[in-house]
Amino acid sequence: MIINHPILGPRDSAEFTYMGDAALLDRPDWQAKDALLQFVDYGYLRDNPAGPHIELWYHEQGDRSFLVVTRDTTTHQISSVKLASDVARGRGRSK
Amino acid sequence: MRYSGLRVLKEALTGHKGWKPAWRDVAPQAHYDYIVIGGGGHGLATAYYLARNHGAKRVAVLEKGWIGGGNVGRNTTIVRSNYLLDGNEPFYEHSLKLWEGLEQDINYNAMISQRGILNLVHSDAQRDAFTRRGNAMILNGADADLLSTETIQKRYPFLNVNNARFPIKGGLAQYRGGTVRHDAVAWGYARAADQLGVDIIQNCEVTGFRIEGGKCLGVETNRGYIKGDKVASCVAGSSGRLMAKASMRLPIESHVLQAFVSEGLKPVLPGVITFGAGHFYCSQSDKGGLVFGGDLDGYNSYAQRGNLPVVEDVCEGAMAIFPMLGRVRLLRMWGGIMDMSMDGSPIIDHTHIESLYFNGGWCYGGFKATPASGWCYAHLLATDTPHEFATAFRFDRFAKGQMIDEKGMGNNPQLH
Ligand SMILES: Cc1cc2nc3c(=O)[nH]c(=O)nc-3n(C[C@H](O)[C@H](O)[C@H](O)COP(=O)(O)OP(=O)(O)OC[C@H]3O[C@@H](n4cnc5c(N)ncnc54)[C@H](O)[C@@H]3O)c2cc1C
Repeated sequence: MIINHPILGPRDSAEFTYMGDAALLDRPDWQAKDALLQFVDYGYLRDNPAGPHIELWYHEQGDRSFLVVTRDTTTHQISSVKLASDVARGRGRSK
Repeated sequence: MRYSGLRVLKEALTGHKGWKPAWRDVAPQAHYDYIVIGGGGHGLATAYYLARNHGAKRVAVLEKGWIGGGNVGRNTTIVRSNYLLDGNEPFYEHSLKLWEGLEQDINYNAMISQRGILNLVHSDAQRDAFTRRGNAMILNGADADLLSTETIQKRYPFLNVNNARFPIKGGLAQYRGGTVRHDAVAWGYARAADQLGVDIIQNCEVTGFRIEGGKCLGVETNRGYIKGDKVASCVAGSSGRLMAKASMRLPIESHVLQAFVSEGLKPVLPGVITFGAGHFYCSQSDKGGLVFGGDLDGYNSYAQRGNLPVVEDVCEGAMAIFPMLGRVRLLRMWGGIMDMSMDGSPIIDHTHIESLYFNGGWCYGGFKATPASGWCYAHLLATDTPHEFATAFRFDRFAKGQMIDEKGMGNNPQLH
């Protein structure tokens, strides 16, 4: 698989480490009343869809950026790649 | 019809006209006591033990394709019970004992071959870990033998014990481990279950559940609605996809694992050997092909096919310990979808929905578990209490911090 890195261009997926569902970007509020339950869901439950999956890839053998990749789990085809930092900023986060 | 040597002789002399289909081809009935979804090894074993151990009468196995078309027909066929943790080892040892008596029990030649499995050790720390594991196995009634480098060299002269990076420092052997003809396991259980009245319904895909007031009443299929008093999901790599139809999220990700077969060779490899420094395991089939595999590709997949980096990695593992394989050609390779759980251990439990049960999360070690999985799942379905060997395989272990994490990898399914 080739991942089209937004800064570095097309890179072999073997340079990356897969980090799972991109829902992990949205960590629950640790002060919420039901924080414990939310963290169990966050840590252990997954949607695991057959079809488009939005996921995190870490460019470990490259520039160490985290990418948010949309990939179809039935074909391995990649339809979108963004920097995770851009995605987080787009959701109003500062870093 | 009972199979026997005499029967084979008789059929040979009479033009093989007496053989009958090994199971009936039936249309689904409107209502069953038990509906088992998924005609893989685990689903078929579950149906068989429901009928055999618990006298269940109206049992159906619904399979979306043909039985044996899933992982039960795609794996590298290794069976063993060399686990460390209390939650696992008694279960897998029970499974190995069931394998030992399976052919007589189901009257089917599953080519169970206890040719032994050897896990190689490459460092002092690994020897300590394997010694501990061997002791845990012995405490649970399994067999284990720690071998020195000299013994290994004598028994397996083709191994490269002096690899500069990963010298072989010993090994942990389980002589009762080995291989089983995987397709025959599906066919044998199907035939035995069918003889006890179980309906095995192929080309019947479950497309949804009928759930009312928190209770599961039956399943929607491409062949119509089927009512079931108890509905048992048992679809391995498709678990996430199926349970989403009951609005359940699981502690499971689906990943692709590849397997490989070489061209046929004369007997070169006695038993199963695993490389302890990378991830590579290998045995030789009775036809002569070397059957081997390695790591998952490492990302969510339902594609049933993998990519090239893993092929390279697996072949490197092979060359590190078996330099003699350098000129052997690869014949075939394929992939299967693994239900990788968050701690690397399975789940056999009821769900929060009444009458709906779940079996899955087998990762890539589920073939060896087939008999015990069916045995314990049938027990849970029939009695509504977990079997004593499967009490740890619960859904709530993640919330309670009682993970069964053999490798200590945490909630990274692709690393288990
Ligand atoms: C390459 C590879 C190598 C492996 N090597 C080993 C090994 O050496 N040792 C070992 O112990 N384990 C091994 N495994 C793991 C083992 O094969 C699996 O864990 C085990 O087979 C899973 O259980 P099963 O047989 O019931 O699954 P499957 O045979 O996959 O059965 C699940 C069935 O459910 C059906 N299904 C899915 N969705 C639906 C639906 N909606 N409706 C109806 N039916 C449905 C599927 O068609 C399938 O037939 C390996 C797996 C792979 C892929």
